[in-house]
Amino acid sequence: MSNAFEPRIVVLCCNWCTYAGADLAGTSRMKYAPNVRLVRVMCSGRIDPAFVLRAFQDGADGVLIAGCHPGDCHYINGNLKTMRRYPALETMVQQFGIEPHRLRLEWISAAEGDRFVEVVNEMTEQVRALGPLAWKQRSAVADLSGSPHAG
Amino acid sequence: MEPRIGVFVCHCGTNIAGVVDVNRVVEAAARWPDVVHAVEYKFMCSDPGQGLVKDAIVKHDLSRVVVAACSPRMHEPTFRKACAMAGLNPYLFEMANIREHCSWVHEDKEAATLKAIDIVRAAVAKARLLEPLQTRFVPVTQKVLVVGGGVAGIQAALDIANAGTKVVMVERAQSIGGHMAQLDKTFPTLDCSACILTPKMVQVAQHPNIELMTYSEVESVDGFVGNFTVKIRRKARYVDEAVCTACGVCIEKCPKKVPSEFDEGMMPRKAIYRSFPQAVPGRPVIDKESCTYFKNGKCKICEIFCEPKAIRWDDQDQVVEEKVGAILVATGMGLIDPHGLSQWGYGRYPNVLTGLEFERLNNATGPTGGRIVLKDGSTPKSVAILHCIGSRDRNHKEYCSRVCCMYALKFAHLIKEKTHATVYNFYIDMRCFGKGYEEFYNRLLHEGVKFVRGKAAFVTDQAANDDEKGKLVVSAESTTLGEVLRVPVDMVILASAVAPQKDAEAVARQFGMGLSPDGFFMEKHPKLEPFSTATDGVFLAGACQSPKDIPDTVAHGAAAASTALSLISRGTVEVESATAEVLTDFCSGCKVCQDVCPYGAISFHEDTKLAEVNASVCKGCGTCVATCPSGAIVGRHFNDRQILAQIDAAFLWE
Amino acid sequence: MGEEKKKLQLALYWAASCGGCDVAVLDVNEKILDIAAAADIRLWPIAMDYKYKDIEKWADGEIDVCLFNGAVRNSEQLHLARLLRQKSKVMVAFGACAAFGGIPGLANLHSRKTIFEAVYGYTASTVNPEGTTPQPTLKVPEGEVHLPDFFDDVYALHQVVPVEYFVPGCPPTPDTIMTAVNAIVTGNLPPVGSTIASNKSVCDDCKRKKSDKPKVEAFHRPQEIRIDPEICLLEQGLTCMGSATRGGCGALCPSVNMPCRGCYGPMPNSLDVGADALAAMTSIVDAGDEKTAREKAGALHDPLGTFYRFTLPVSMLRRAPKPVQGGGPPTL
Repeated sequence: MSNAFEPRIVVLCCNWCTYAGADLAGTSRMKYAPNVRLVRVMCSGRIDPAFVLRAFQDGADGVLIAGCHPGDCHYINGNLKTMRRYPALETMVQQFGIEPHRLRLEWISAAEGDRFVEVVNEMTEQVRALGPLAWKQRSAVADLSGSPHAG
Repeated sequence: MEPRIGVFVCHCGTNIAGVVDVNRVVEAAARWPDVVHAVEYKFMCSDPGQGLVKDAIVKHDLSRVVVAACSPRMHEPTFRKACAMAGLNPYLFEMANIREHCSWVHEDKEAATLKAIDIVRAAVAKARLLEPLQTRFVPVTQKVLVVGGGVAGIQAALDIANAGTKVVMVERAQSIGGHMAQLDKTFPTLDCSACILTPKMVQVAQHPNIELMTYSEVESVDGFVGNFTVKIRRKARYVDEAVCTACGVCIEKCPKKVPSEFDEGMMPRKAIYRSFPQAVPGRPVIDKESCTYFKNGKCKICEIFCEPKAIRWDDQDQVVEEKVGAILVATGMGLIDPHGLSQWGYGRYPNVLTGLEFERLNNATGPTGGRIVLKDGSTPKSVAILHCIGSRDRNHKEYCSRVCCMYALKFAHLIKEKTHATVYNFYIDMRCFGKGYEEFYNRLLHEGVKFVRGKAAFVTDQAANDDEKGKLVVSAESTTLGEVLRVPVDMVILASAVAPQKDAEAVARQFGMGLSPDGFFMEKHPKLEPFSTATDGVFLAGACQSPKDIPDTVAHGAAAASTALSLISRGTVEVESATAEVLTDFCSGCKVCQDVCPYGAISFHEDTKLAEVNASVCKGCGTCVATCPSGAIVGRHFNDRQILAQIDAAFLWE
Repeated sequence: MGEEKKKLQLALYWAASCGGCDVAVLDVNEKILDIAAAADIRLWPIAMDYKYKDIEKWADGEIDVCLFNGAVRNSEQLHLARLLRQKSKVMVAFGACAAFGGIPGLANLHSRKTIFEAVYGYTASTVNPEGTTPQPTLKVPEGEVHLPDFFDDVYALHQVVPVEYFVPGCPPTPDTIMTAVNAIVTGNLPPVGSTIASNKSVCDDCKRKKSDKPKVEAFHRPQEIRIDPEICLLEQGLTCMGSATRGGCGALCPSVNMPCRGCYGPMPNSLDVGADALAAMTSIVDAGDEKTAREKAGALHDPLGTFYRFTLPVSMLRRAPKPVQGGGPPTL
């Protein structure tokens, strides 16, 4: 592979809709950018905002949160909690200095393999245009704990 | 003890191996910590493939198994079973999806192979932290609640009761029968609706396995599949059911008249009433809201004439509790509010009727004894039936109501038969898809009914010429002629859209069901499980799921009954093992989790000030886990450590 | 052992702090006399004069307990932290700044360069027409004087030296302080690494009434509404950190109509206090569609500042990225 920047995008998604939608993209042999890694939870309501922060901390260039459409949640309304958390999470992540396009919330149903492909491709290109987030480098904190005096 | 992980990479023939270099995946996996065994195989899901897993568990003393193959939604159960057979707790298995999410969606072999390695690494990272879980079973209460006494509920209740299982049927009206009881004839056979329905209604009332509660509503539902506790409010009837002989003298003597719901308000009923003469049960109830005695303390005429002395003025609502194993929701459909349809004249012109109003008009027990007449008592010379009023219309309901084309044909036939009037059908498409339906349409074409291909735009009484004077004028663009027509008629029947019941949303919440975008109850799977819901043990029957005609409703009711019965006869149910658990050391009772739980599975104990998850009700969605601000709820099988490990291993971050 | 027992050798020190923690020690009122009776206070800059040399002269481990308050954000504070660590048997991160970085920790949203530009350049109260900035070294007739190096990052104490115990709070309440002091004096110490506070959240001590299904209709700041003294503050739309914050303070702020600000830090099991608070506060916002969610939950003012008010340096992301230009450390 070339040394050109390849975005690394973590997808936090629910089992019933988005994961299944990605399965459908597979069974339909659609093609999309190989820049995403899916982390499956049962419901998007399980997605702790800390998972998003952790992905950025680890070095993700983008994070996609995805679940069932509002009203279609396998767990009745677990996804509504994700929907309610997102606006403040988006603001907070931006307050940390992370650009808007690096975090995204999408509702992708089990029937929307094409939508999954579209979102992944679009986000990959948006993040590619932004360049690496390089959190580890840009937010590196000098380690001062290695003191010879430390008891 | 360090985990001993086995990694098995599937070729899936060339489905995976054609794109992903499986040998490189195996080589990579073999180098990761705790991986003690890594192999590839052509078809992991085959018998020999599963055998590889089972043998390796024993031979290599594996404590975790990762299979990299297709989607866990496909074969997770297969491999969990294989692990269990080899003595490994099935929850110590993790699947890596390198087919649907990798080989099938990428063409660049190098990128796909690297991605596959990442996917397997994340699965191994999670597997390392997996914990064994117990598969749990609970017994099923041998009784079914059927909510709603329309034809769907009746069919389901009889099927279940005939199989020897107890049924409680709850109906909020005075009588069972539902919409079908309001109909005169049924399409396409034109057999009498009452003749085929009333015997079934009577069977319900007399069946030894069915307890019928009419004039009653479900107040609350607690519990979970196999073990629901339902509270039912039995409204005060003010008539002692044990004493009343249903002679009907009280009804005759009651001086108070109010519009009859059953007759769509087209004729009055009394304050002491039964919905219709063939009502089941036949014993009347007193409508407290209308009764003169309850209003001003005087009257009691019914009591004076009641020979068996059945009137009970001190009757009270009663809330009874029933324990049931399954719930069948058959609450039926409503109709779109016709007052929003004034462009077609409803509410403005007395001779514009809804379909159901026409059904009553045409019915032998209806306001005119079945004579089709205008409001002034004269016989119409021409009638227009307007299809798709509120259906297939983005301004109202986007869906097709499915019954209108056929009942419009039925009306046309009956009008012709009874009045010889000219009948016009204004339609967008004729949808006659059932058994005998197209044949019926053809028959009507030969009976001289006029069909205009074009949806009616409006109905007016403003005459543009002498022919239109004193008439209702239907304006529509005929798409076959390509011109706008004005057709003067005496009567207009609106095939107004079927709609969800007005309280569908509240009912859905009560039973833990979802609503589809159209507002009807959402089925678990639109094709394979159209009678199950998101809540295990709660089933759907009939038009509450989507608009249905009678044959489909009956079939749906029977199917729901058989699904409920298979749960009942199984005797026990497996409940979710990957549930949430409160860590009492850290819980401070902030109650936030209680609000977010979609199932009401979390309760709060005032004495200990702790939240508690009822594991039998919990579905394991994990919403409370993510919400808990105190880190005091663990989501089994998807705990924080496991998910973070997966995120950490999602890419080689360096 | 016995009557000859040597008095406890106690040191108190302040680094990047406001002095509130030192005042809090005095807030134990007459109990300060018990402390004085049980301990020799060897170092307490707010009350007694000292020189570096005095400390350097002590033997390693000569001090039994050092109560260190304030965050570490310059070379002098780092030096003293290391020095006192060396001289003390037990190092206590005392107060929110030492334990979590505290209010100064919010400087991690900026870099040394941007902080200097603001402080000496354009804040509302800055009058600096000549553009005077402090110089790290200055030649004077007596020789060269040095200012301590100002770091890019703010550190909690345990991020620069090993710490035995954490006493949270801004400042720690008298009860928390006495619990800690008693534990130290009696030698009845919890496992190393413990936080001297509750394992439960502030809600555990809060007397306010909570609904069975708490809901937030809209978010408000305390000055914007008339606060009901009986009902849970979060349910009134105030961004109360209580449910995500370690208890032990006795729910002081909520008891006087002020939402918890989170000064006792994250819960023991917390992944990230901002994530905890955000999830809890917004998940119960009464919104059934995206537009309403955006209007209601999106109106939560300054989520980062609200959730990490005292804890940014110990949070998951710890700080905002620094300016990328040049790559090297910004010059003063």
